[in-house]
Amino acid sequence: MSALAAAPDVPGFGSEPIWIILIKVVGVFAFLVVMTLFSIVFERKVVGRMQNRIGPNRTGPWGTLQSLADGVKLAFKEEIIPLLADKPVYFLAPILSAVPAFLAFSVMPFGPQVSMFGHHTALQLTDLPVGVLVVFACSSLGVYGVVLSGWASGSTYPLLGGLRSAAQMISYEVAMGLSLVAVFLYAGTMSTSGIVASQYHTWNVFPLIVSFAIYAIAVVGETNRAPFDLAEAESELVGGFHTEYSSFKFAMFFLAEYINMVTVSALATTMFLGGWHAPWLLVNVWHGANSGWWPILWFVIKIVIIIFVFVWLRGTLPRMRYDQFMHLGWKILIPINLVWIMAVSTMHVLRDRGWPWWKAGSLVLVPVLLLILILLTAWESASAKRKAVRAAEEEAEYRLGPAFPIPPMDLRVPRAPKLVRASAPAAVLDQKESDDDG
Amino acid sequence: MADRPNPRPTARPATRPATRPARPPARTTPAKPPEPEPTGSILGFAKGFGLTFATMFKKVYTQQYPFDVYPTAPRYHGRHVLNRHPDGLEKCVGCELCAWACPADAIYVEGGDNTEAERYSPGERYGKVYQINYLRCIFCGLCVEACPTRSLTMSNEYELALDDRQQLIYTKEQLMAPLLPGMEAPPHPMRLGDDEKDYYVAKTQEPQTLGAPQSAANAAGKPITGHAIEVGRHHA
Repeated sequence: MSALAAAPDVPGFGSEPIWIILIKVVGVFAFLVVMTLFSIVFERKVVGRMQNRIGPNRTGPWGTLQSLADGVKLAFKEEIIPLLADKPVYFLAPILSAVPAFLAFSVMPFGPQVSMFGHHTALQLTDLPVGVLVVFACSSLGVYGVVLSGWASGSTYPLLGGLRSAAQMISYEVAMGLSLVAVFLYAGTMSTSGIVASQYHTWNVFPLIVSFAIYAIAVVGETNRAPFDLAEAESELVGGFHTEYSSFKFAMFFLAEYINMVTVSALATTMFLGGWHAPWLLVNVWHGANSGWWPILWFVIKIVIIIFVFVWLRGTLPRMRYDQFMHLGWKILIPINLVWIMAVSTMHVLRDRGWPWWKAGSLVLVPVLLLILILLTAWESASAKRKAVRAAEEEAEYRLGPAFPIPPMDLRVPRAPKLVRASAPAAVLDQKESDDDG
Repeated sequence: MADRPNPRPTARPATRPATRPARPPARTTPAKPPEPEPTGSILGFAKGFGLTFATMFKKVYTQQYPFDVYPTAPRYHGRHVLNRHPDGLEKCVGCELCAWACPADAIYVEGGDNTEAERYSPGERYGKVYQINYLRCIFCGLCVEACPTRSLTMSNEYELALDDRQQLIYTKEQLMAPLLPGMEAPPHPMRLGDDEKDYYVAKTQEPQTLGAPQSAANAAGKPITGHAIEVGRHHA
């Protein structure tokens, strides 16, 4: 690890005094915990607003301390361990879930070089030539926590939930990893600080919009969030893998889930949205926006915007069916991704051979965009066709009538004998009348 | 004759009130169901996301209940009230019809005899013990329908949650309507006439208008004072 860290292509790391590293470690830890507390309240508030509610509003000003109160409550709650639980694994699983979640953030760049107590140091805990792979490794380790907790609970629903979660996270990790390959090709490095530096002029989201879209979809599956929260589908699996967990262990799963959300948001920012760089309009007005401690602010704002999109998705979309979800991951996202990587690498090779960027770009992008356009039109027309077929089917069903027996429209229900007796004079009248008819 | 369909709605004499609504004309082509929303298309996506986003800036429906109290509908079925005649005598005659009508068996009544020395209601009998168990009451109002003297009505008070089961059995003292101006607390002799008939035949009872509160206690503006509102004040 130290050999990697001291590699020449990530300068500025590994040479700080130990106490500066300690400050950074504590800082990153505190940032993640605060972000977790913030995102829980933020999510509940925003989803509440989207549903014409207020959301939490009791604890602290405007309910902002709600998640802190919930966290304290969770820590002091009674702990219930199922009789059939596999104790050592049961204890280990939440730790396996939470620790990698924290670890993944160690390579996230918060800002450029700053002066910290007289030392020049980057606002980043550490960096490696393969920095992004650390994030992948950590999210893969997180799957162990999920699947082991499902197994160790000794109960059916957690087991099913854990299996679902594991399958889901592994499947979507493939799409997520592939979507970042284009970024590596484009930036020419896998170190997070290097990728941020390469986005000084143009954010990757513009040339690599397809990768960004795939990444955005894949991380929702990767973090087990709505509409892909099949692992904790309440209607089917109670709470998923953490059904049998209570007290602080449950809090650790909760913490891990929200830290993962922050991590993938931070990774999206770093990979596609220019990292800690300020928006260009702001840089044009104020040249100091990209220096000093200010970049932390831009970084956090970008993360919060992405978390808002997560919440927006949750507030809008219903949960997907499991087979549709797997279909989307394996049969749509991954093939599109592979084609896109081919296109990007072609463009890269052409540019290396001295083609001007617009020529190389148009040679590759125009066919790809055309393909997307054709696919979209095909999708629209297919959906229109489906609609027409459905309408025709409904029409036919309406004409032929339903397949089950229904009473005729002019069914005459005989009156209850009690009512007939009660209105005897009227019955006599009717009787007389029918006599007249006859 | 016997195999004829008996009451034919079309051939009824006009003098007889129609007990059943007229049969709708038979439709040969029923109305088509409405077009489905544009799901599964780009437009559908945009519409859904736009809707949730726009909702964020709309008014919230949340009512801050224990802190802000909202009025109920005027004829809301709240807790019961035992009403009084204008001179203060009780309307309840202890007949127990309410208790018999109650599907939840929530009402307990014991009647007592009025004497000339100690008169609680006009006539022979009065409700000596009257209890409603609000752990059982389902607020259906059948007791109110059963009451022959319109003694029992319902108020708009709905804050009937307590942490003590015993206290939720309301007794006669709690259910009696308050004494309005001009009323005198029983026992006392009949003030509105010599006979109990005078209480019912004379125009001492205002006719009930549609939509008006059922109970005189409501009309008198009796404030809603329940347990929950006290809790709310405590927190505020």
